[in-house]
Amino acid sequence: MLQFVVRRILQVIPTIIAISLLIFVIFSVVPGSIATSLTANGKGGGDPKIVEKMTREFGLDQPLYVRFGSYLSDLARFDLGTSFRSRQPVAHLIGERMWPTLKLAFAAMAIAMFVGVPLGFIAALRPGSIIDTLTMIGAISGLSLPQFWLGLLGMYLFALTLGWLPSFGYGDGGPANLILPALTLGVAPMALLARTTRAAVLDVMSADFIRTARAKGMNGFRLVTWHVVRNVLVLIITTIGLQFGSMMGQAVVVEKLFSWPGLGSLLVDSVSLRDIPVVQGAILVIVLWFLLINTIVDILYAVIDPRISHG
Amino acid sequence: MTDNLLEVRDLRLDIVSGKVSHNVVDNVSFSIGRGEAYGLVGESGCGKSITALSIIGLLRKPLAVTGGALNFNGRDLRGLSKRELRRLRGEKIAMIFQEPMTALNPLSPVGRQIAEMFVLHKGATWKEAEKLAIEALGNVQVPAPEERVKAYPHQMSGGMRQRVMIAIALACNPDLLIADEPTTALDVTVQAEILKLVKELCAARGTSVLMISHDLGVIANMCNRVGIMYAGRLVEERPVADLFLHPAHPYTDGLLKSLPHLGSRRLEGRKRLQEIEGTVPSIASFPPGCRFQPRCHRATSVCSAEIPPPSALNHDGFVKCFNHEQ
Repeated sequence: MLQFVVRRILQVIPTIIAISLLIFVIFSVVPGSIATSLTANGKGGGDPKIVEKMTREFGLDQPLYVRFGSYLSDLARFDLGTSFRSRQPVAHLIGERMWPTLKLAFAAMAIAMFVGVPLGFIAALRPGSIIDTLTMIGAISGLSLPQFWLGLLGMYLFALTLGWLPSFGYGDGGPANLILPALTLGVAPMALLARTTRAAVLDVMSADFIRTARAKGMNGFRLVTWHVVRNVLVLIITTIGLQFGSMMGQAVVVEKLFSWPGLGSLLVDSVSLRDIPVVQGAILVIVLWFLLINTIVDILYAVIDPRISHG
Repeated sequence: MTDNLLEVRDLRLDIVSGKVSHNVVDNVSFSIGRGEAYGLVGESGCGKSITALSIIGLLRKPLAVTGGALNFNGRDLRGLSKRELRRLRGEKIAMIFQEPMTALNPLSPVGRQIAEMFVLHKGATWKEAEKLAIEALGNVQVPAPEERVKAYPHQMSGGMRQRVMIAIALACNPDLLIADEPTTALDVTVQAEILKLVKELCAARGTSVLMISHDLGVIANMCNRVGIMYAGRLVEERPVADLFLHPAHPYTDGLLKSLPHLGSRRLEGRKRLQEIEGTVPSIASFPPGCRFQPRCHRATSVCSAEIPPPSALNHDGFVKCFNHEQ
């Protein structure tokens, strides 16, 4: 088991290096740089002398491999570099934005899990019932509605019409400001979880070992708690992991919409400024988050299903 | 007749979906005495497995019991509430299935899966149940049971898993064990071991057995009496020895003649194995009268007009055929 965990964690390292290289290459291919975007609002045509001076100052005249090498060696010392624009350390900028995004992601995932999974279970245990039909209609709607549209609807209903919640902003970081963005971000994973859970439960309920359990004389509750839950868990955890992992990326839209001071809005702003160190840092954090969640999911698999770690 | 453990009378099972219904099992009657081993034989799809599932109350929609009576220990199983039926399952009527590969929960140690029986039916704590599970695993001759209880199904062979299934089924000393093709998925050598084990354990405990198989050899080995099913009907029922010596129904006769015999080539020369011509009719298109009549070489005009009633045979048993042999 320990060997499995260590191997799984070591696999993450080459992925990180590959991702950083990819980001580097993409930003060297994209036209424009921090120098042009700062001097002429990104439209070009700024004073060539200033552009040249800034390019040299930021080290952008160096060849790509040299820059990548120094980036990696900085990274190994946990130094993410300095923002071109604000001249602040990138780690500091990201650190400031991390907590609001994490808060948003955890809140959204909690909503998705605590609503989606039970709904999926209930729907599967009563297939064809009204609850089942309503859940599945809700799930399809939740998956199809775009986040920004849902967010706007929520703002209109709960903030403008009813006046229950603030329409945007971080406020004092309390729950009132969190509810709308978290709901907006949580609806899609909730819908997906409800569907996955339903499908997984239906699949397990038709398995031979469930017939064995019935032949043992088990009632519905024990059948579900003793034999269904654990078998369904693998699929549910996969879905949760994938959703949770990609949530930081998905949060970009919601953060922009609700003026949430998170990593997503930092990323969007930095991309338009060609503030490469910040973009690299932010993407790296998002990738690391994804890898972290995936590693945890893989380890959880092995805990749930002995067939995985036994080999 | 009151000393019978199980009496199935005129059992009728249908596939009911909406207003359409198709008959699957028709007018099946048999009884199993205490300590008796009864075999139910027939080809795939003849209704033997669902007959067994209806006894233990595990028929799933769209299948439903639409007629007849199921008496177990003098109680009408059809009249029992879901709760009462559930109590009976596992404790009084147990079942083992064909596929030991999938019949056990892959994520639960086998010991725990046996222990569940004691927790469910004997009110044992998990700790007591674990000990009883080790004992139960030893009873089915699994080596090193105190180690094996911690094993997961994927760490065991097919034969070992079927032993675990038997340990589960016999955990509470049931009155009736239903074995639905318990050895079909196993190697021949393992088959013999498993059959011997079931036979010995049931004989020692006085457990009645309903053995379902398409394998006449298994039935001959295990059972006292045997019923032959064809297309949802019981066509012949005999003590096992009589059946093999003097098959009365043309279908039974055909089944026995289609078996290869050791040494037959030396005695009779090289010969093709005899087959039963044609195929089993589908549920949606059972022929009128006797359902075997389109494939039967003895069929006469009455066979397609009327359903043959049971006629008693010498010694014991009956056959449903107008032109049967004595």
